Amino acid sequence: MELASIERLLEKYLNAETTIAEEKILKQYFTSDTIAPHLEEYQSLFSYFTISKKEELTKPIQLKSQKMNWKWLSIAASVVLLISVYTGYNDYQEQKEAEKVYAQTMGHFQFLAENLNKGNVAIAQLQHFEETKNKIFK
Amino acid sequence: MKQSEFLKTVMPFKDKVFRLAKRLLVSTEEAEDATQELYFKLWKNKGKLENYKSVEAFAMTMTKNYCFDRLKSKQASNLTLVHSNYKEKDTPLQRKVELNDSVSHVHKLIENLPEQQKLIIQLRDIEEYEFEEIAKMLEMKPTAVRVNLSRARKTIKEQLIKQHNYGIS
Repeated sequence: MELASIERLLEKYLNAETTIAEEKILKQYFTSDTIAPHLEEYQSLFSYFTISKKEELTKPIQLKSQKMNWKWLSIAASVVLLISVYTGYNDYQEQKEAEKVYAQTMGHFQFLAENLNKGNVAIAQLQHFEETKNKIFK
Repeated sequence: MKQSEFLKTVMPFKDKVFRLAKRLLVSTEEAEDATQELYFKLWKNKGKLENYKSVEAFAMTMTKNYCFDRLKSKQASNLTLVHSNYKEKDTPLQRKVELNDSVSHVHKLIENLPEQQKLIIQLRDIEEYEFEEIAKMLEMKPTAVRVNLSRARKTIKEQLIKQHNYGIS
């Protein structure tokens, strides 16, 4: 490529009037070994462009989101929490129920014992009556 | 759209997405995350992709917007990206760039350009898109793309000449 036409292309390049094809010519010229000394400052620019285009993404891309896992994990955790609260509440209710029944039963026993004691007193009196009767009718 | 069909449509430009994200976000890790995030989004919207004339242009627009959002939230939390803060993975590019100081100097010059110009340089001079395509991707007029590109190229050229004349960066 003639030097004059490279200079003309550079001028157009700076005004952003070059086509992609013309810019490719410039890139080619400035990555070659035969660069005019007064244009050397452009060399690093065009080599930078050429090198930069070669950089690639090295990390593999995943389509399934990691964030979804967190979402499901939190849903699972809340379900577990709900179940445990529910069963815990049930247990508490059952215990309260059992305590109530126990207290009632104890109350009944108390009642029974009291009446039994009354009966004992009556029997003791009967005993007394029996003894006196035996004394009299010997 | 089936998975195989989807992959055939979107995988060819994954490196372009990655390079664009890296141009804006600077660090390789951030760019990898951004690319990953973009592909989730494309996959989620796979039903709509058929409506777009160019899925690639659509993906580039999404990448640009996503990276701008990332940058904004970074600035909001006062965590501006400073290139030297990142330990880069040893990519082939990195090694090549280190071999040539003046080439890495170009990288810095582009880094200092305004965001819009950075994008246009990336899309035109590196990815070699036509002006019409770039205009669509960046949601601006083709003439505005040209004006910005010309400005960016002239800025870089002036800086390069300065460096060349003084022999220092």
